[in-house]
Amino acid sequence: MAPGWLRAAWMTALFFGIGFGLVAGIRAFAGWDPAIDWEPIITVAALTMAPIGFLSGLGAFDYWLGWAFGAPTRPDDHSGHGARSWSDYFRINTDHKVIGIQYVTTTIVFFLVGGMLAMLVRAELARPEANFVDPQTYNELFTAHAALMIFLFVIPAFAGLANYVLPIMIGAPDMAFPRLNALSYWLLPIAGIMMLASFFFPGFGAGWTNYAPLAVEQPFGNVFFSMAVQWAGASSIATALNFLVTIITMRAPGMTFWRMPLLVWANFTTSLLVVIATPFIAGSQFFVMFDKVMHTNFFDFAEGGYPLGYQHIFWFYSHPAVYIMMLPGFGIASEVISAMSRKPIFGYRLMALSLMAILILGFSVWAHHMFVAGMAPWLRVPMMVTTLLIAVPTGIKVFSWLATTWEGRINFATPMLWAVGFVSMFVIGGLSGIFLGAVPIVIHTSDTYFVVAHIHYVLLGGSLFTIFAGIYYWFPKMTGRMYNETLGKVHFWLSFLAFNATFFPMHIIGVQGMPRRVYTYDPQFGNWNLFITISSFVLGASFIIFVYNMIVSWRSGKPAPSNPWRALTLEWQVSSPPPLFNFDEIPQVVGNPYEYGVPGARHAILSGERAPTGEAETVQR
Amino acid sequence: MRAGPLIRVILVALLLAAAATAVAIFVPWLPDQASEEAGRTDFVFWFVTAICIGIFAIVAAISVYSFVKFRVRPDDDSDGPPVHGHTGIEIVWTVVPLILVVAMLVVSSVALARNDRVPADHLRVEVLGQQFAWVFAYPEEGMEVGKHKLACIDRETRLIADRCKTSPNLRLPVGRSTRLYLTAREVIHSFFVPEFRLKQDAVPGMTTAITITPTKRGDYPVICTELCGLGHALMRSRAIVTSAAEFERWRRSPSGENGDTSP
Repeated sequence: MAPGWLRAAWMTALFFGIGFGLVAGIRAFAGWDPAIDWEPIITVAALTMAPIGFLSGLGAFDYWLGWAFGAPTRPDDHSGHGARSWSDYFRINTDHKVIGIQYVTTTIVFFLVGGMLAMLVRAELARPEANFVDPQTYNELFTAHAALMIFLFVIPAFAGLANYVLPIMIGAPDMAFPRLNALSYWLLPIAGIMMLASFFFPGFGAGWTNYAPLAVEQPFGNVFFSMAVQWAGASSIATALNFLVTIITMRAPGMTFWRMPLLVWANFTTSLLVVIATPFIAGSQFFVMFDKVMHTNFFDFAEGGYPLGYQHIFWFYSHPAVYIMMLPGFGIASEVISAMSRKPIFGYRLMALSLMAILILGFSVWAHHMFVAGMAPWLRVPMMVTTLLIAVPTGIKVFSWLATTWEGRINFATPMLWAVGFVSMFVIGGLSGIFLGAVPIVIHTSDTYFVVAHIHYVLLGGSLFTIFAGIYYWFPKMTGRMYNETLGKVHFWLSFLAFNATFFPMHIIGVQGMPRRVYTYDPQFGNWNLFITISSFVLGASFIIFVYNMIVSWRSGKPAPSNPWRALTLEWQVSSPPPLFNFDEIPQVVGNPYEYGVPGARHAILSGERAPTGEAETVQR
Repeated sequence: MRAGPLIRVILVALLLAAAATAVAIFVPWLPDQASEEAGRTDFVFWFVTAICIGIFAIVAAISVYSFVKFRVRPDDDSDGPPVHGHTGIEIVWTVVPLILVVAMLVVSSVALARNDRVPADHLRVEVLGQQFAWVFAYPEEGMEVGKHKLACIDRETRLIADRCKTSPNLRLPVGRSTRLYLTAREVIHSFFVPEFRLKQDAVPGMTTAITITPTKRGDYPVICTELCGLGHALMRSRAIVTSAAEFERWRRSPSGENGDTSP
């Protein structure tokens, strides 16, 4: 039967059945009572087997299985490559451009869902008393909000944008492993649906950090998070490996590492972080799940377990994850700021090296999340040293972006507004980060609303703003149509102002002592919280403009030229949208990607053009 | 020509620094200061704040100037000057932040070391966090307790010995250092008193400790700041700081009496 949704439906059911039979059979055979115990059945059948059935049904494994079983395979069969109609976006597709769009649209859906959860959280917090949700629901709301935004929005949205533009930027016809790429994408909706389904099996309410032993004590729904993280994590790791191999092996001739656009550098470092760090969160969630489902004792101190062990493993991933959620944004900001200022990136090599510095330092700071957790006291000062040192490479990046705009010809089109909005908000988020890195201060501010303010300045003012910069910047390339500039600007200004009105006051109530993750709080914080809630609703409403702009412009926007921003990187040298395999002929790279204002400079020679005159070769830093 | 922009940027920076300083001074940021430790923490807080205001003012001034001055006219298709970098400037903005970071590290480390000291003549209080209340237990004065041991709370059963006076509120004498030893019954809790600027997680199966030296009599909130389940938001208690004489009077009274509800 042909791969598709019908086969996916019955294979999901079939694999669920196999899982059910496996668990019930083993339990009956071992004489355990009852044989049909729904908790292990859901864990095995619904959260593990059914997704495999779904992926098999869609055809994610067809080529590999066919090859393994000796069926004739045709590597040059490109029937599953590229989109000819909208329905091609709803199946396994090996075109990195289709996958990129699949990623971006899917993650925006999860972003809107996650945003609505945040609106519910803010509604509850409008007044100090308990208002309209019960404590368990409240805990699930903020937990699911964070989990969706992190695992189903920020991380995959960056992966999606890079999926679309990165292969073109390095002059490659596709990613190194197109079938793995398709599989990576289809793991995501599985993870997202699993996280949302946790609402119907109440219990995922221990915060996105899911600290043991509280996580083990939670109702059964917690397992949905533990397993969703495995699927999302597998997707991340596969994509990161794909990026690494693509960047290392598929650069066009002449595209040396020091000629790569900074977006490629950023995704190279991010992919290294993902590959090294993500297995740790997978481990931490397996431990929690085993404690819960199989009654192991990793974190049960009464049986010799070690509660702090969870936090060390968790943060060994989740601090690098902060950079996984930020470095691709640095890359996007560099592309946009350079092209829109009509100037070369200031200090290109130092920009690339500071990404590497963040990568290395990023692995040595995890315990700054644990300054009050009760870990060995001697660990605090070294962790503070590395934490504050990260300010240096990060500062270099901010200063270099500003120096890039200096004396430029700045075009404040929507992508540039988001990019400089990001730089300014990230400065505030970076400075508030110092208050969370200096140990005496963080003893006061940790687990208060100051932390909530900080993470939203770096992840919303940082990551989200760069994602919007990227979406607006590459929208003409992806869809072949221009977005509505006026609506884009209205969206930016509304979001920017409402964002600051929402999150800046959280610094104040945090320092004053309002704890996070509470549904009711001291009345002294009532006025600020009401103000924050109203602002957050405006912030939420601003995204309606974005969705409207995207949908209407995609359907009936003005046709986009191939290079509306007059940018020099390779993705702008091909048509909008690009041809099926990006280039008619692999381009020859002859210079740096940001040579704005350099007379006669070329980044690359595409087919049908004259051979390089030699002039561009001499334009080096 | 070169001095013009510099002077303007400095003017904007001064303006922004003044505005940020106003926000720092006129917004009531930190709660009351009620312990010696809070004094040191607040010094670090304002030290870091001053540096941050400086950085913010410079970065924001350059941004504002650049964004206003260098925005392009719609019909201008020209490129900017092809400046690829400037080694001198790049060294400056690597080294200056490094120096500031080292300064903040030194100040923070000194304050941390002082706040962590355990004075010889300290009062010992043991704290048990449980869903969803705090229990503060007072061993008899002068009682010998082994290192890593608790006098009042049994680590295995997490029951509290009868010989210890217990209270749902933390009672402290003013002016004397108290060492709090914390543990938890089932999940992780966190002890936080904003006015003391002190916070410490209480972890099941472990003992953690902090030193508090109250400087002001009063009644302060004790807040749980680690999500511990459904009652987390309601897990609140009070820290009541009284004169030494009053504290002694309270301590000699039998448990549960003599007004755990009034200061």
